[in-house]
Amino acid sequence: MTNPGKALPEGATSFARIQAGMAKRRAAERRFKMLGRLAVSVGLLFLSVLLISIVSKGYTAFWQTQMRIDVVLAAEDIDPEGTRNAETLRKADYSSLIKQSMRDMFPEVSGRRDKFALYGLVSNGAAFDLRDKVMADPSLIGTKVSLWVPADDDVDMLMKGHIDRNAAEDDRRIKDNVLGWINQLEAEDRLELRFNIDFFTKGDSRDPELAGIRGALMGTIFTLIVTLSLSFPLGVAAAVYLEEFAPKNKWTDLIEVNINNLAAVPSIVFGLLGLAVFINVFGLPRSAPLLGGLVLTLMTLPTIIIASRAALKSVPPSIRDAALGIGASPMQATLYHVIPLALPGMLTGTIIGMAQALGETAPLLMIGMVAFIADVPQGVFDPSTALPVQIYLWADSPERAYVERTSAAIMVLLGFLALMNLVAVLLRKRFERRW
Amino acid sequence: MTQTPILLVLLLALTSAAYYFGCKRAFRVADGKIRKLHSLPGYYGLYVALWAALPALLILCAWLLFQGSIITRMVVSSLPDAIQQLGPDRLNLVVNDIRNLVSGNIVSGEPDAIMLAAADYYRGLLSVSRNMLFAIVLVVAGLSGWYGYSKIRVQHRARNGVESIINWLLVACSTVAILTTVGIVLSVLFESIRFFQSVPITEFLFGLEWSPQIALRADQAGSSGAFGAVPLFAGTLLITFIAMTVAVPIGLMSALYLAEYASARVRAIAKPLLEVLAGIPTVVYGFFAALTVAPFIRESGGFLGLDVASESALAAGLVMGMMIIPFVSSLSDDVINAVPQSLREGAYGMGATSSETIRRVILPAALPGIVGAILLAVSRAIGETMIVVMAAGLASNLTANPLEAVTTVTVQIVTLLVGDQEFDSPKTLAAFALGLVLFVVTLALNFVALYIVRKYREQYD
Repeated sequence: MTNPGKALPEGATSFARIQAGMAKRRAAERRFKMLGRLAVSVGLLFLSVLLISIVSKGYTAFWQTQMRIDVVLAAEDIDPEGTRNAETLRKADYSSLIKQSMRDMFPEVSGRRDKFALYGLVSNGAAFDLRDKVMADPSLIGTKVSLWVPADDDVDMLMKGHIDRNAAEDDRRIKDNVLGWINQLEAEDRLELRFNIDFFTKGDSRDPELAGIRGALMGTIFTLIVTLSLSFPLGVAAAVYLEEFAPKNKWTDLIEVNINNLAAVPSIVFGLLGLAVFINVFGLPRSAPLLGGLVLTLMTLPTIIIASRAALKSVPPSIRDAALGIGASPMQATLYHVIPLALPGMLTGTIIGMAQALGETAPLLMIGMVAFIADVPQGVFDPSTALPVQIYLWADSPERAYVERTSAAIMVLLGFLALMNLVAVLLRKRFERRW
Repeated sequence: MTQTPILLVLLLALTSAAYYFGCKRAFRVADGKIRKLHSLPGYYGLYVALWAALPALLILCAWLLFQGSIITRMVVSSLPDAIQQLGPDRLNLVVNDIRNLVSGNIVSGEPDAIMLAAADYYRGLLSVSRNMLFAIVLVVAGLSGWYGYSKIRVQHRARNGVESIINWLLVACSTVAILTTVGIVLSVLFESIRFFQSVPITEFLFGLEWSPQIALRADQAGSSGAFGAVPLFAGTLLITFIAMTVAVPIGLMSALYLAEYASARVRAIAKPLLEVLAGIPTVVYGFFAALTVAPFIRESGGFLGLDVASESALAAGLVMGMMIIPFVSSLSDDVINAVPQSLREGAYGMGATSSETIRRVILPAALPGIVGAILLAVSRAIGETMIVVMAAGLASNLTANPLEAVTTVTVQIVTLLVGDQEFDSPKTLAAFALGLVLFVVTLALNFVALYIVRKYREQYD
């Protein structure tokens, strides 16, 4: 275009010259547009592959193979003296009762190794279930009860099709004789996939079939309570000061630069801060939600401050002027008129900050919220993990059954995140004002 | 710890009482005629309440923060000299045992008489400290409340007093950001300086070998304790480079498409969906990279006859690129939209097609902003932790081959600091030195990016 007339014959009109190049330019235009479309679709493809892979791996974790066993609760085994006091009932050897019932079901099994494999069909947690049942109702002693207990994770994986029944015996975690028992149990309707309540009510466990997310979830909730109760007031106060009262000087400039930079500091550095300052200098308890909450507060503070400032900025100056005009002090104008109007925006920013804190893992690893903790934490001082950390821990575990549990925990985490973002969007829609 | 809530409730009650009596006194000094007062009666109440609550709360916080370390120091100094002479890590074990004894947990080994005595001393100090805290906080609250109360006169400027207190509170809250930065800088700097006392800084920055395991015995093999961080920097850069080759073209093209071509409806659906990628926790990406992408790449590599490591840099980089797409696209979207409409219309008026306008007018005009956005994305990729911890390797490997396993700065920080640690070994301190590098590099990138963006923005204002 810059040098017309060179390629075209003498006397051609400029229109003809433009026409000659049009096909090529249109093709370039189409190619460019296609590239753009391709980029968007690749991005969306990534998202869908990610979500589909998580869901397809994880949805089975909401069901768990249970096994029906008939246990003879002989009085001489549980409570030979007949006192029925709680301590005796607690200490009785329930796992041998369950082993006995397994032997009764398969009387032909002999030999130490085979018996061991047979006992392994039932989860270790079965004995605790049985104990709880007996302690809740001691009148069961002396009877024969039939109850559903969780099956071992290998049985569970087989039932869910993650272990191939037709594979060669050497390639399979479950050997042929065990497979025969499982087939027999299935034929007797003793194996069944049932809704996995334990996943939501129990803490972590070394046995995948007993592991649940309750402990991690409570840890996360305590951590977020600490984070919210510190970062919301601090963030809002800082935003109000910077936006409404701060004089324009070096000090406030320094604060602003700091806030912008903190927003870009990698989260793991906040973990280092927590380790060096909160643990080593102030001696706060390691692994506690209190500590996690403090670290996440510092991490989410910039997000909240920036969002709150934007909300304050969007309140028109006429509101302030009107308040000042009828004799309010600047503080009264801010507290009674500007902040209430900016509150929805501040809350939206806070929810987004909390969502960020909910998904954060790296700083929590630094401050020791990564230990194996089977108990459900009861308060902000108890050692605990958090949901994302639990995902990290389970993802590292070798057992096949943890893969689906990890995916299921991810689904729960994503569910919470979606919920929080939804609330933020609704809040914005509901209270958004155009001045 | 259980007493603190009770104390807080008591303090709250005291504060409410202060408010009530403050209001009442304001009425009394004005003989019930509010017009005579300088401020509304509520401000007098608030004034007294703030006086009652704030000093006491300050003391409470300081006390709780320092109580632990002071008591520990006192207990340690009461221990026999033989124990005090132990190295800091052994001493830490002893202190932990004493703490466990105090809280009634299981301790390592049989507690001896010295330990039991120390535990008793600790317990005694703790209860003394708690009682003193209780008394001091309540007395201070009462006294300072009384001071506020006694200042109430008809002409007392209670509102101004309350407002200036609130103002100071706001100032205090806004300095938290500065304190955080100072805390970060000091914590990584101090430990790094200690690290550089045992390992020269040149060896750390330019050494080619990284193997932080330190030999416990002289004849131990494979534990040389080498702290040359170049392989880590190279690994970080390799993974960041892979991530950016994924994220920049896709992010930029989708931003251009959504801003210039897409209809409002497509934009309204596709943009938030792409931004979902940024909201997904990184641990989820790590799981996806380690369990789905890495095996897939390994198998496709095997299909092509390539030997791919199971923790290849490619897998981690690809997934990290996925995560960064929305950063690039939404930041570029902002700068593309900031290009004035008149430039576009000028180009269209000259007969340029949309793609010609984008390539020859919009991109050059938006280039500084886009470069800034890319730099921000790079800083994000360098600091990203969970994806690489779960999907990249642990062993250091100086290579540019994306099919091999490499390790990164963040992976090493996590592996060095997770689990049991002694706070004096160079191994632990090395993590802080790496943290310092990470902090400085991301900060620098950020400064440069913001500088470029800001400089660019002023052109059209």
